[in-house]
Amino acid sequence: MAKVIVITSGKGGVGKTTTSASFASGLALKGFKTVVVDFDIGLRNLDLIMGCERRVVYDFVNVVQGEATLHQALIKDKNCDNLYILAASQTKDKEALTQDGVGNVIDELSKDFDYIVCDSPAGIERGSFLALYFADEAIVVTNPEVSSVRDSDRILGILSSKSKRAVEGKSKIKAHLLVTRYNPERVENGEMLSVKDIEDILRIPLIGVIPESTDVLQASNTGVPAINLKETIVSEAYWDVIGRFLGEDKELRFVNAPRKGFFQRIFGGGN
Amino acid sequence: MSLLDMFFGRKKISASVAKERLQIILAHERGSNALGEIEQSPSWLPQLQQELVDVVAKYIHIDKEALKVHIEKRDNLELLEINVTLQDKGENNVSNKKTS
Repeated sequence: MAKVIVITSGKGGVGKTTTSASFASGLALKGFKTVVVDFDIGLRNLDLIMGCERRVVYDFVNVVQGEATLHQALIKDKNCDNLYILAASQTKDKEALTQDGVGNVIDELSKDFDYIVCDSPAGIERGSFLALYFADEAIVVTNPEVSSVRDSDRILGILSSKSKRAVEGKSKIKAHLLVTRYNPERVENGEMLSVKDIEDILRIPLIGVIPESTDVLQASNTGVPAINLKETIVSEAYWDVIGRFLGEDKELRFVNAPRKGFFQRIFGGGN
Repeated sequence: MSLLDMFFGRKKISASVAKERLQIILAHERGSNALGEIEQSPSWLPQLQQELVDVVAKYIHIDKEALKVHIEKRDNLELLEINVTLQDKGENNVSNKKTS
């Protein structure tokens, strides 16, 4: 039986797809058979972030509607043998997914994979509801910013009341907090919510902090998941997330600003 | 922020304001959020709502969506709130609250 993990947030643009791509790649590189599924019907982007956009022939909706087999629609990742991608449809509308249809696909994937990573769209409509409905665990991606934190709280409410586990009265979905686009200098200046602030508000355990970095744009430009950009702090931070998810004890890194020199401290700059 | 900025008060510490605002709004939303409360709401609530709609609709023309029933627990008191919005005459609001 596979474990189903939803990458969700409520708010758009916080790093769900970046996280889905890196998280799935990390699990696969650790040796687990992993599939990452794009639930953003009509606005697919996971294929671009994974660098497989030219190899999409059949998509998730084709499989749900019986127009293609799962085997035909799964795209094998170019870097990793254990990793497969199921793209969202770009032409159909978001109502094309049904709860039973998605359930059948998840069941079938469960037979072959260790982990099913569901990349949720923004919002709280059908696509994001179905992305979280079958989840065993959730990674709630949050930016240190008021609207993102509020939307995350709303998603946590939905996870604990509307998901399959909640409806069937099973044990609760295990939710993890992932803070992304974190800028330690701005936090030290009191201009940005700290990790501690966000933990205090959302009250779920932290799985990692991804610092704001220009490397993320480099990654998406080239279609390489950020975790694969060697020797960058973003990659290191995502590897820490993978480690913690798999039960390793990893100390929190990249949450403190580098020490400034004497002149910088007096006159500012270097931010 | 440099020491000079701090000295002249050029930047405000806004993170603490953000935290405080979030704590207040989320405490409010968690309390009144139907999504979060749904598992605790009694099973007869939808039926009550349906029957109330039927009764009110006998006398006044109302939309099915215009009648809202909400149950809330506050410490040792339960509050049943029935809210009927009458659309025909603008923004008239008839509400009836009962405690049990």
